[in-house]
Amino acid sequence: MIYLQLFLSYLKIGFFGFGGGYAMLSLIQQELVVSRGWITNAQFTDIVAISQMTPGPIAINSATYIGYEVAGVLGSVIATTAVCVPCFVIMMSLAHFYLRVRGNRYMAGAMAGMTPVLVGMIAAAALLLMFPSDTQGASFIDAWSWVIFGMCMVMSMFKANPILLIGLSAVAGIFIYT
Amino acid sequence: MRQLAEIFFTFFRIGLFTFGGGYAMIALIQRAIIERKKWIDEKTFMELLIIAQSSPGPIAINTAVFVGYKHKGVPGAFAAALGTIVPSFVIILLIAIFFASIRENIYVDAAFKGMRPAVVALIVGPVISLSRSMDWWKIVIAAFIGWALWYWGFSPILPLMAGALIGIGVTAYNAHKKIDKR
Repeated sequence: MIYLQLFLSYLKIGFFGFGGGYAMLSLIQQELVVSRGWITNAQFTDIVAISQMTPGPIAINSATYIGYEVAGVLGSVIATTAVCVPCFVIMMSLAHFYLRVRGNRYMAGAMAGMTPVLVGMIAAAALLLMFPSDTQGASFIDAWSWVIFGMCMVMSMFKANPILLIGLSAVAGIFIYT
Repeated sequence: MRQLAEIFFTFFRIGLFTFGGGYAMIALIQRAIIERKKWIDEKTFMELLIIAQSSPGPIAINTAVFVGYKHKGVPGAFAAALGTIVPSFVIILLIAIFFASIRENIYVDAAFKGMRPAVVALIVGPVISLSRSMDWWKIVIAAFIGWALWYWGFSPILPLMAGALIGIGVTAYNAHKKIDKR
């Protein structure tokens, strides 16, 4: 029963995938390449590359792609649904609980204490993209990259729409690199 | 029903342009949900990011579920999550069926070389705008934590827990002081 197996595998990935994105990669690899043997390591690398070029969370992208490879369109619907079920249920319970206790001053104190950590985490994500340990798929490859980065920073200070920035930089990339 | 459709399409647009991981979505959310639609304010958004970060699953989905739930309950959460998922689902499925060789296409590759620095700018922008509402010493702490997380690459769970405990401690101390004064 391949559909059930797909559902259960992705339910597990969705449930244990804390920290989002790349933290989930090793879990996905372990489950699909090593324990199920549905795809090879080379296919897995391809999926990661394709995930980086398409919008959306990598966990969802891999679920859609591998679900299709293993069991067609229905497989891809099942895998994508399964990976979303745990975070949907958990996040909704947390939201429900949090919206009730947020008036509590200790809760407010805890949140105030965590806010600088959150801002630091976002800054760390940006630093990691600017100075990656691995040059494969690096964000900054030449002086043009810094020009695009600088233009986007200036335009976002003037409240340019982020979607516009993404679109313009894609067009700029096509002009510069082809 | 119209409001649910509005939630769905708002998150559909965000989902369509969320390249480069969940944090790149913050600038898009700030623009669409906080400034335009005013579904949540900036303080609630920071709190929701903390919660989204601490629960399993992609940050993008967690954020959508929270905003949708706060705005319109369970159906709202469902509409927001669906809106975030559908664009990437459709695109990946089309790639899987028709163009498995897309990543060798030179135009696609060039477009991505252009987009990657823009994504970094979309992540740096919110760091600056979120810092504006913070005290200077909190910004120093945030900068140190950012540097340390990047440099040593440890998990942010411990600093988050420490921050929560310190926040609770300070609240308890202030409450205690008030009682003493009476």
